[in-house]
Amino acid sequence: MSGTEEKEIRKGFGEGLFEAAKENSEIIALSADLGESTGFGKIMEELPEHFVECGIAEQNMACVASGLAHEGKLPYISSFAMFSPGRNWEQIRTTICLNNQDVKIISTHAGFSDAPDGATHQALEDIALMRVLPNMSVFSPADWAEAKALARKLPGYKRPAYVRMQRGAFPVIFQETDKFAIGRAKQVRTGRDIAILTTGSMLHNVLKAAERLSAKGIEAEVLHFPTIKPLDKPAIWSAAHKFKKIVTVEEHQIDAGFGSSIAELLSEVLPTPVLRIGVKGEFGESGSYEELLKKHGLDSESIALSVKKFYNN
Amino acid sequence: MLAAAGSGHTAGSLGLVEILTALYGEILTDKDLFMLSNGHVAPVQYATLAEFGKIPKGELATLRKFGSKLQGHPERVAMPELIQTTSGPLGEGIGQAAGMALAIQKREEQYKRFVYVVVGDGEMQEGNVWESLMFGAKYKLGNLILIIDRNEIQISGSTEEVMPLENLQAKCESFGWHVAEIDGNNMESFIGAVGTAKIVTDRPTAILAHTVPGKGVSDIEGDYKWHGKAPSKEEATKWKAKV
Repeated sequence: MSGTEEKEIRKGFGEGLFEAAKENSEIIALSADLGESTGFGKIMEELPEHFVECGIAEQNMACVASGLAHEGKLPYISSFAMFSPGRNWEQIRTTICLNNQDVKIISTHAGFSDAPDGATHQALEDIALMRVLPNMSVFSPADWAEAKALARKLPGYKRPAYVRMQRGAFPVIFQETDKFAIGRAKQVRTGRDIAILTTGSMLHNVLKAAERLSAKGIEAEVLHFPTIKPLDKPAIWSAAHKFKKIVTVEEHQIDAGFGSSIAELLSEVLPTPVLRIGVKGEFGESGSYEELLKKHGLDSESIALSVKKFYNN
Repeated sequence: MLAAAGSGHTAGSLGLVEILTALYGEILTDKDLFMLSNGHVAPVQYATLAEFGKIPKGELATLRKFGSKLQGHPERVAMPELIQTTSGPLGEGIGQAAGMALAIQKREEQYKRFVYVVVGDGEMQEGNVWESLMFGAKYKLGNLILIIDRNEIQISGSTEEVMPLENLQAKCESFGWHVAEIDGNNMESFIGAVGTAKIVTDRPTAILAHTVPGKGVSDIEGDYKWHGKAPSKEEATKWKAKV
């Protein structure tokens, strides 16, 4: 844990996949005309035999990937989260999940991170779309190093998976040498008063929020879930045993998202009050990333205020 | 089989008997790949598999029944040796076949394996199909052979009334495919068209196969109302006697 250096999450994944492709001739990166934007640029330029351009046709890209996987290739399809899995959900469901083909869906510009492009391009529903699918796993790394480690891990994970990443540079928190442990949450901060569970690049704002809370005398434990599905149940049980209240933070609709999956799990065995911080049934809009996060209560100041209110009530 | 199931797609299944018989009896090698994109005509695939001894004939009566491998639409996971892909939601087969063909192209300098995919003509109304046609042409998938079942019916009427498809031959050619137009109920024509398709290796082939839906059962031939309907047990007995 360290640092103030900021790097693109998607570029970490792209670099990890580039390294993996150099070692594994079966890896194929597919793009729907956004290869550069999704972090596949180096593969496009330096390993053209590992790259397949599909044009602006996300539905066909999912189908082609399923066919490639059938023949033993390891396909990675990429686009903005809004369009893959947004546009091609049914193709993913039928030809990848029901078929149980080893295809990886790599999506960037998730949440509000495509801020100036506006609501049409801001994927706030993709966790819900993917976590509901049988056979599908869901990942959301927090930084460049974690994304790279995930990309190095995935070729050996022989099943459908979805990777959700934000656009833009974020502080590098983790070490490049850390191995990615699928299905395991990470305790990033210890605390005695309340637990905050989060995923993806929101980890940064949650850590800042925890510092603000600390200044007010509330010590929050922060758990990061780079794997959203399968959930790290022991980590959740343990948090619920240790703390009376749990907060979840996600850059996604609170309906059917990451926080919902935690609340669903706890309600069955260990009912615990869960505050879900996220987008409350609204679309985004154009603006700066910071403005949008603030409007929807996802900047560190708003998160700290929400947590404090919930803790004190 | 359909009467026992109580539901299913009769007309399209009957119209494809000659093509499936030619594929399984004459054309497909052990290494070739074949799939239905129009998964609703699964009965003709199951019946052909049974006819060629790949599944027991007794199993056909389990179509669409609980616990059967013969799902209402073909499922790969249920029969991985015989069904290459799960299908039913229309428009997805050509893209998958193209992915398989591309994987083969990356491994073989001269094609030894071919990928065959059948689509219904109504299915050509799906946008996904045209994305896949562009893809097949771009990557010059000469090992990809598309069979369009041109039976001119879909569930609510004739294709030209519901959403006109013509001129399909010109459309496919303009997308960069080699196109052969044949009588799809004539096995020799079909086998001939496949032979030519294998020689045309610089682009994929679409065989526009004109078929008669409900072929062989004069009571229903050409009638769109039998697209998505199974016969009653009485009707099935009567038809069998006539055939």
